Amino acid sequence: MPEVPLLKVNNLIKEFPLGGGLFAKPRARVRAVDDVSFALSRGETFGLVGESGCGKTTLGRLILRLVEPTSGDVEFDGQHILALGAKEMRLLRRRMQIIFQDPYASLDPRMKVNAIVTEPLYAIQNLAKSERKKVAAELIEKVGLRAADLDKYPHEFSGGQRQRISIARALCVRPDLIVADEPVSALDVSIQAQVINLMADLKKEFQLSYVFISHDLSVVEHISDRIAVMYLGTIVELAPAASFSGSPRHPYTAALLRAVPMPDPHRKTEPFPMEGDAPSPIDPPSGCTFHPRCPHAFERCRAEKPSLVKTARQHFVACWLNNSRGLGIE
Amino acid sequence: MDPKLLTIEALSAHFHLPEGVARAVDGIGFDLEPGETLGLVGESGCGKSVTALSILGLVQSPPGRIEAGRILFENRNLLRLDAEELRRIRGRDISMIFQEPMTSLNPVLPIGRQVAEPLMVHKALSRSEAMAEAAAWLDHVKIPAARKRLDDYPHQLSGGMRQRVMIAMAMVCRPKLLIADEPTTALDVTIQAQILSLMLMLKSELNMSVLLITHDLGVVAQMASRVVVMYAGQVVEEGRMTDMFDQPFHPYTRGLLKSMPRLGDRRAGRPPRLNEIPGTVPSLIEAVSGCRFAGRCPHVFDVCHKQQPDLFKIGAGQRARCWLKRYPDRRKPDA
Repeated sequence: MPEVPLLKVNNLIKEFPLGGGLFAKPRARVRAVDDVSFALSRGETFGLVGESGCGKTTLGRLILRLVEPTSGDVEFDGQHILALGAKEMRLLRRRMQIIFQDPYASLDPRMKVNAIVTEPLYAIQNLAKSERKKVAAELIEKVGLRAADLDKYPHEFSGGQRQRISIARALCVRPDLIVADEPVSALDVSIQAQVINLMADLKKEFQLSYVFISHDLSVVEHISDRIAVMYLGTIVELAPAASFSGSPRHPYTAALLRAVPMPDPHRKTEPFPMEGDAPSPIDPPSGCTFHPRCPHAFERCRAEKPSLVKTARQHFVACWLNNSRGLGIE
Repeated sequence: MDPKLLTIEALSAHFHLPEGVARAVDGIGFDLEPGETLGLVGESGCGKSVTALSILGLVQSPPGRIEAGRILFENRNLLRLDAEELRRIRGRDISMIFQEPMTSLNPVLPIGRQVAEPLMVHKALSRSEAMAEAAAWLDHVKIPAARKRLDDYPHQLSGGMRQRVMIAMAMVCRPKLLIADEPTTALDVTIQAQILSLMLMLKSELNMSVLLITHDLGVVAQMASRVVVMYAGQVVEEGRMTDMFDQPFHPYTRGLLKSMPRLGDRRAGRPPRLNEIPGTVPSLIEAVSGCRFAGRCPHVFDVCHKQQPDLFKIGAGQRARCWLKRYPDRRKPDA
């Protein structure tokens, strides 16, 4: 591709110390993100799926440099963001925003909507009060609320409406990239659809790119252009959304897809074959970390960790089984 | 003889709050046959959990109060029983599993004791007999090395394992009715699949009835044979699972089914926009004169605002609370 990608993540690793204290050494280290690389084009929605503890949230925060990586590199629009000083970083943050899962915890209950939505502007420019109010009114209508709502407090809104306020706040500085961490997981189905549609509309209108983090495969498949599946800190499969559910090439992806209960009483899912919990990231299994739960595991899987290899156009898999065929799992 | 195991009639449970009376459950009714799995579906605040708590006599009072109705379990009205009689049914004939296994297990009691407790209370087993049976049940719900884990505390187990302990606890007395309130909502999808498989296996083994409360239409489609849809404290539609998915009648049921993204949509081409149900659920405190869904309904017409519709019969076993049954020409073509 001739164009510079909007976001490039290279060999990102994040370890968290476990235990320890002021003088004590940590007992162990947890590798939450383990050697992750990918690139995001302008206008793309990149879906990140995985189960709890797989590192998807930490990866989202590393992208925005809300946590510092142990090693690796993040490039945003050609700039190495880890090399930037505090002031430069703050300016760059104007172009990258985040939306959190819990719309109850992520809005300050003592601030009016007007102040919440325009707060990011303080970091960037000094606007007169009336100017700010104009910006806020425009934004709040863009997300489907009314200008009259600007004088209310967060508790006066439902979960879906609060998430709209979070989105307006993220849009306030006209960012290029929004990292959305489980933005619809706390919402009811009918409200979830409203917020997903809104995000799709805003993406077109403001030429946004999204990193969309979720545990819900159906939602991620719906909204994303490409999908990365994470397991114990690594991306095990990366595929275009259009072919994601049809031809999973990694046994973990296949298991995840199979585990989703189909909203169709005519298609009963078979008893789920995979036993056991995901292993602890404190003491991950040798070789491919999925091998203890994998129905196809063989010797090489126990000894060597597979890396992400291209198997088809835009399709990458980290599995020793990979060949040009799919696993044939519907 | 009435073959129903559980019959709920005109049940109303209201909460008396400083800001007014919240009609959490407002005149609902449905029944459950022996061996049947009934899904109770709806979004947050529709009253599905309060319904479950009412059955077990667990609605907190004050502020909650059962205002009217009957809950017949094997032809006995549970609402008329005293605390002691209810205690004898709870945990023995009717048991319950909750969404959050961490808050519903006792954190300071080993799991073996917790699973054995109902046996000692209801079946008068000695402690050692009860512990032996608890170990067998923990093994049966596939807790690895169950015998060694009897002395473990809940915090030593993963979320999925805790839910297995909850299930063992609910099953030890071989209940006739299991009430499962969002049993897999807090779990990861692969663990959810394991727990659902386990529940299906135990259900056919014990031939019990299950009242499955969930917001997840996928879970209910896979588990239940009949479904009741609740909206704002009322039943808006009920019927056989296949009918509800193939020919839903109520605009709310239709809207819900269409608002959900489905795996595999993308393979069939770029998905259309998701169907939105505009607006939000009405407040349970304000009195509504007409249909509670009128404010969000795409087919709404004058009658809907004036008068509340009854649960009209739609077909064999299918009922819907919607004026479109009476005025079918008012239905607009679905977008």
